[in-house]
Amino acid sequence: MGKTRDHLGRPVVAVTGMGVVTSLGQGIDDNWSALTSGKSGIHRITRFPVDHLRTTMAGTVDFLFDDVPRSAVLTEKLAELAAEEAIARAKIGTPGDFPGMLFMAVPPVELDWSVKRGLYDKGDASVSDPYDRMIESAMALNDPDIYEYALYACVADKTADRFGTRGAPISLSTACASGATAIQLGVEAIRRGDTDAALCIGTDGSVQVESLIRFSLLSALSTNNEDPAAASRPFSKNRDGFVMAEGAGALVLEDYDAAIARGAEILAVIRGVAEQADDFHRTRSKPDGSPVIGAMRQALGDAGIALDEVDYINAHGTSTPENDKMEALSLEAVFGDAVTGIPISSNKSMIGHTLTAAGAIEAVFSIQTIRSGIIPPTINHDVADPSISLDVVPNVARAAPVSMVLSNSFGFGGQNACLVIAAGPA
Amino acid sequence: MSDKSGTESARDVWITGIGLISSLGEGLDAHWQALAVDEPHVGAVDTDHFAPFPVLPMVPLELDKQIPRKADIRQMEPWQRLGTYAAGLALADAGLAGDLERLAHMDMIVAAGGGERDVDVDGQILAGLGVAADSEAFLNERLANDLRPTLFLAQLSNLLAGNISIVHKVTGSSRTFMGEEIAGISAVEIAARRIRAGQGDQFLVGAAYNAERKDMLLSLALGNTLWQGAVNSVWERANAGGGMVTGSLGVFLVLESREHAEARGRAGYAKLGPVLSGRSRREPGQAAAVARGQIDALRPALGDKPVGVLSGATGIARTTLEERALLETLVAEGIVGPIRATQSLIGNSLEAAFPAQVALAALALSRKGFYRPTDPTGLELEAADVPTQILATSWGFWRGEGMALLEAID
Repeated sequence: MGKTRDHLGRPVVAVTGMGVVTSLGQGIDDNWSALTSGKSGIHRITRFPVDHLRTTMAGTVDFLFDDVPRSAVLTEKLAELAAEEAIARAKIGTPGDFPGMLFMAVPPVELDWSVKRGLYDKGDASVSDPYDRMIESAMALNDPDIYEYALYACVADKTADRFGTRGAPISLSTACASGATAIQLGVEAIRRGDTDAALCIGTDGSVQVESLIRFSLLSALSTNNEDPAAASRPFSKNRDGFVMAEGAGALVLEDYDAAIARGAEILAVIRGVAEQADDFHRTRSKPDGSPVIGAMRQALGDAGIALDEVDYINAHGTSTPENDKMEALSLEAVFGDAVTGIPISSNKSMIGHTLTAAGAIEAVFSIQTIRSGIIPPTINHDVADPSISLDVVPNVARAAPVSMVLSNSFGFGGQNACLVIAAGPA
Repeated sequence: MSDKSGTESARDVWITGIGLISSLGEGLDAHWQALAVDEPHVGAVDTDHFAPFPVLPMVPLELDKQIPRKADIRQMEPWQRLGTYAAGLALADAGLAGDLERLAHMDMIVAAGGGERDVDVDGQILAGLGVAADSEAFLNERLANDLRPTLFLAQLSNLLAGNISIVHKVTGSSRTFMGEEIAGISAVEIAARRIRAGQGDQFLVGAAYNAERKDMLLSLALGNTLWQGAVNSVWERANAGGGMVTGSLGVFLVLESREHAEARGRAGYAKLGPVLSGRSRREPGQAAAVARGQIDALRPALGDKPVGVLSGATGIARTTLEERALLETLVAEGIVGPIRATQSLIGNSLEAAFPAQVALAALALSRKGFYRPTDPTGLELEAADVPTQILATSWGFWRGEGMALLEAID
């Protein structure tokens, strides 16, 4: 048994593999060169017509399928590609036999309109109730593929099958904090000694016309349609909402000693995890920021580090007026005046908000920041918000040694999750 | 994965609060009366609105007893109301309602499906798509005009947890697992593991399912999983082509470390022993092999006499018959004693099914009795002894095999 323990006597959790897909491309290399050169992956939507829509751009991943895939199919494919890269990097197990558990953040399932329409059109026109009509044709159709992809467990089950993970797979959602939650669950399982390895994935391929309209109706989306690449403007004065996007991030987590024992390369260590629910409102944070502040402080406490040990913050930074104000206020509360000396950037300025996947993708980029010594910028930062006194690494990447990152993820429903990621164990 | 519950320890997991609502009634007394005292019968069955499928609707509730603010009720869909209501019952039962200090450190794992669709809007759009000149532009226009913003929030899976935080002030960690029955199994399993490992002292774990939904019935009908006709026992259904009956249900459990419960002077309904989850592709024999492996893993924790089983059989023919064959073998081997399939009377509540099994097992142990048989096919036999352990199982209608061993606290 291993002997490396953290400040609370717990097993240390290493990252030994990672993979990513975003609108910028597939794989860490392509993504990293785009991110560090300040390139945006946001573009005009071509997946569906944009008539009558207030927002007409997104960070969709359009390079994987010739035809428009169903959301769950794209979500599964994104996860598969990210996980393949992560497992190959970790050199763990054998193909189809991953020696650990699966924790998977997936978007909630809806029957796509294309499926509903197919069922309706095939149905008996004399049945007046539209759902009765679809139900009748669903039973006659008896199509296992359409059936299975309508189930919430499907994407994780198929992923578990493909990679041969152990035990029952966990499908989870904590809204826009989901990717971070998947990592937290993996960290906790390894700390408990339940498993030596965990495959943690956040994936989201759900940019469809209805999901876009739903966020639009909440006034959450940017409407800066003229120049899509310039629409996502985290922490800028002229920010006006987030940009929906797709992608997946995957991490292979391992017990540090088990990883060392098998000769694995340690890419990083997850030093601390924390979350705190907000009881204020379904979409808004408590005005004093206390749950966000609490989550950050608990994460630093869980990591056992001092404030001055954090040398980069990977912001949630959605580009909504509300989030960025609250995040900045909370960071100032936690770090005090020293906050102005810590570089903080938002990957979402370039890849948009990948929703369920964001926490996992941004963990991958946080680790890449540590490993490369280059901080990706917050692009589109032309008009500073005078109420936000943060060093957002505006517009241009910056070379700087980084060994400790705080990564934030917040979501509707009062979800606040924070990760502390380090170059190595204490 | 194994789950070592160990012997008596401060980190034992106790069930110290239960909120349970279903088609049979509200609260534990109502469920005990309906399942253990009265001649077994289903509650009101709705054979009309969802024909050809029977549905077991929730008994009427006075929602404001657990969700005092009308504004909160308005912003929830029925499944969230059921869950938030049951969560309130569980917290009150555990003596934690309004205990803001403890609630601020309470962790939550909710198992949830998705939100309910506005079937009227869907229907109008589907009817219009066929006649619109430009169907895609028509879809955009109708959605942009007809969807309600609040409905979207009510559709997010994690918003049951969000509503529980808002209404009941549970504000530790908050996780939502998705994926039909397996989500409920994993929710109970991970909460128990975290308590045993010292990763938390008190958890609120549960789920809710509203069966009165055509959008869910559509998803389930895609797999031809639903029973048509009169509601009878799952064993009878399995012998007659098979199918499940869905039932509305809300269930939350307060799980607590023994030392935490004792320190605040609370007794538990039962001790939650090992919780095991597994999966298979459901080729013939695979689910039984997973369950057999779980039984073997539990053997050291089982007492001398055959253990009573609350089976999560759904009534879907192949899996239910496979489970029945396994149970008959285990009875013959003297491992399993009396068997009860709860879904014969309360239906399948998907994500809520396994937490409900755990709740009913804990209730029976605390009442020192067992439920009445509801099976004319001869599998469910009268129980002779007072149970000291009960095994709660779940085989998901599509995937996921799980079980939990509960023990009486003396």
